[in-house]
Amino acid sequence: MTPRTDAEAEGRVYNVGGQDWDDVVAAADEAGDRPGEERLIVNMGPQHPSTHGVLRLILTLDGETVTELRPVVGYLHTGIEKNMEFRTWTQGVTFCTRMDYLSPLFNEAAFSLATERLLGITDAIPERASVIRVLMMELNRISSHLMAIATFGLELGATTVLLNGLREREKVLDLFELITGLRMNHAYIRPGGVSQDLPSGAIEKIREFVGVMPGLLGDLRKLLDANPVYLARTKDIAFLDLAGCMTLGVTGPILRSTGLPWDLRKSQPYCGYETYEFDVPVQDTCDAYGRYLVRMDEMEQSLRIIEQCADRLAGRRPAGDARVMIADAKIGWPAQLALGPDGLGNSPDHIKHIMSQSMEALIHHFKLVTEGFRVPAGQVYAAVESPRGELGCHAVSDGGTRPYRVHFRDPSFANLQALPAMCEGGMIADVIAAVASTDPVMGGVDR
Amino acid sequence: MTGEKAGDQPGKPAGEAPDAVGDAALAGRERLSEQVARTGMFGTETTGDTSGYGGLVVRRPPALSSPRPYGSYFDDLADDLGRSLEQAGVKFGEAIERVVADRGELTFQVSREHLTTVAGRLRDDPALAFELCTGVSGVHYPADPGRELHAVYHLVSITHNRRLRLEAAAGDSDPHLPTMVGVYPTCDWHERETWDFFGLIFDGHPALTRIEMPDDWKGHPQRKDYPLGGIPVEYRGATVPPPDERRAYE
Repeated sequence: MTPRTDAEAEGRVYNVGGQDWDDVVAAADEAGDRPGEERLIVNMGPQHPSTHGVLRLILTLDGETVTELRPVVGYLHTGIEKNMEFRTWTQGVTFCTRMDYLSPLFNEAAFSLATERLLGITDAIPERASVIRVLMMELNRISSHLMAIATFGLELGATTVLLNGLREREKVLDLFELITGLRMNHAYIRPGGVSQDLPSGAIEKIREFVGVMPGLLGDLRKLLDANPVYLARTKDIAFLDLAGCMTLGVTGPILRSTGLPWDLRKSQPYCGYETYEFDVPVQDTCDAYGRYLVRMDEMEQSLRIIEQCADRLAGRRPAGDARVMIADAKIGWPAQLALGPDGLGNSPDHIKHIMSQSMEALIHHFKLVTEGFRVPAGQVYAAVESPRGELGCHAVSDGGTRPYRVHFRDPSFANLQALPAMCEGGMIADVIAAVASTDPVMGGVDR
Repeated sequence: MTGEKAGDQPGKPAGEAPDAVGDAALAGRERLSEQVARTGMFGTETTGDTSGYGGLVVRRPPALSSPRPYGSYFDDLADDLGRSLEQAGVKFGEAIERVVADRGELTFQVSREHLTTVAGRLRDDPALAFELCTGVSGVHYPADPGRELHAVYHLVSITHNRRLRLEAAAGDSDPHLPTMVGVYPTCDWHERETWDFFGLIFDGHPALTRIEMPDDWKGHPQRKDYPLGGIPVEYRGATVPPPDERRAYE
């Protein structure tokens, strides 16, 4: 650690390598740097462990008080929106699922709903596919909230919360693996429906999950709800009221912690959410603790919805209702996957059908797989309530087989803008709690 | 109310005597003077296309407004906005160039001079009450001369549970739009993103700097004239070209 004088404008720069704070202070005293002024600019991130990925915060400190905070994003920009313009609409799902990697199924759902609205087939999506979508999204909400609360605990120094949270999240990921074959980046929800039906035994596993989960969430609540250390670190911390949320475009648990029950599942339902019984949890504390409580309550409500989905999926259904992909052969991806002796692949029945029974089926298969389907020109905006707030997909088509432009309104992107409002004037230690209560996912912010 | 205003198509004859044959011929000539959007049907330029559609010429459709009634709550919304704009001394037809009601969504194409006025009325008028803006999305239309760059704003009214889309356009030669930060501060980062990706300059923005790309990046990557890039991938002797060089079925 050596003091180094840079250009006048920048002042003296100290490189901090960790464990050398006393050296920095001594060097600053020795250099007699601006006597009487305590202002210090600290660059937190982009590799700081508590910044949820590669978020950089430039903090101006006066003692331990944050006088200015500037979030810097862009370290994880991957050009997903640009790439999607060079793939078919169906292939687009495999890209957008990678944006907000903690809630991949919401990304897929937003994009699929937008594509379906452009095609005008929203009402033609099979009932079963919609129920499976709701089921998967609610499972995903639980896994995402668990991750948020687990890392929240870790960042405040509670490793038990992390271990418990991740252990329970693993149960959701096991279900995902069973149903989609993957733990993340599923590409499961697609324009027209979902890629495949639930495998045998999935309903039992889901019921088992719904059975054990309330107890495990209760354990998590015992760890945190009334924990004096946790309360001291979160109560009245990172305050943002309703007016602030509206001004800064903040949605999701942060908005609901101000007392406004704004949840797109209730106010502008999609995928048949209006037919499920659940409540929208709210708190009126406007602080980090309120957001934690909203997330915990939301997980319990998600379990209610999952139970209703399981009932609907398990119920006796007429033969024609078993589809999970739209019946229109010019849009619906033709094949159902099946588990063969050599792994998962196209179902042998489908291959037999196209290779030796139906010329039209072969043509449809070939055209859909190589060319994709055409989407009438126009633009739509489809929004879903992701674990972090309103996830919107603005899709523009020029009538071709590829999206002309897809833009995702990621809730983390908008919510991060509120960090200065939450943190400025507070203590530096509370910045950690503020970031954690915002629950940003940089993959979604930068796309 | 001038919601029926017929787009921005020049040379539309007005007040002529009804002459079906002459009108049809004129309409045909007008149609032929439209810009060609694409030719062919299957993306092939060579003799490989035996479909008979190789000579197809598709022209850019004229930009028309939706006729009244728009349906749903859209008519009320347009009326309320018209009344509110009158109070601010702006005519509805002046500020709103086109109204498009499509697929259950309402779009107002706003002239850029009146963008902040319209947004301000939409936010502050209790009959409209669009409290929340969910950001800006840019779209680049190189085939739309003079209006290549579009900024699309999605507004939400929590009070009335309504949604609305505003669209404003600027040309490549003069890529300026007024900033919305004064009305909806959440547009701060979204406008930076739109500048970064499309090169749209938002006049009056407090700090219009790049947000996703590095500060010294050249060009604006989401524009249609910006290549995707990529390298051919070889696998077991076969070569797969990069995505932007593969066959497109446009």
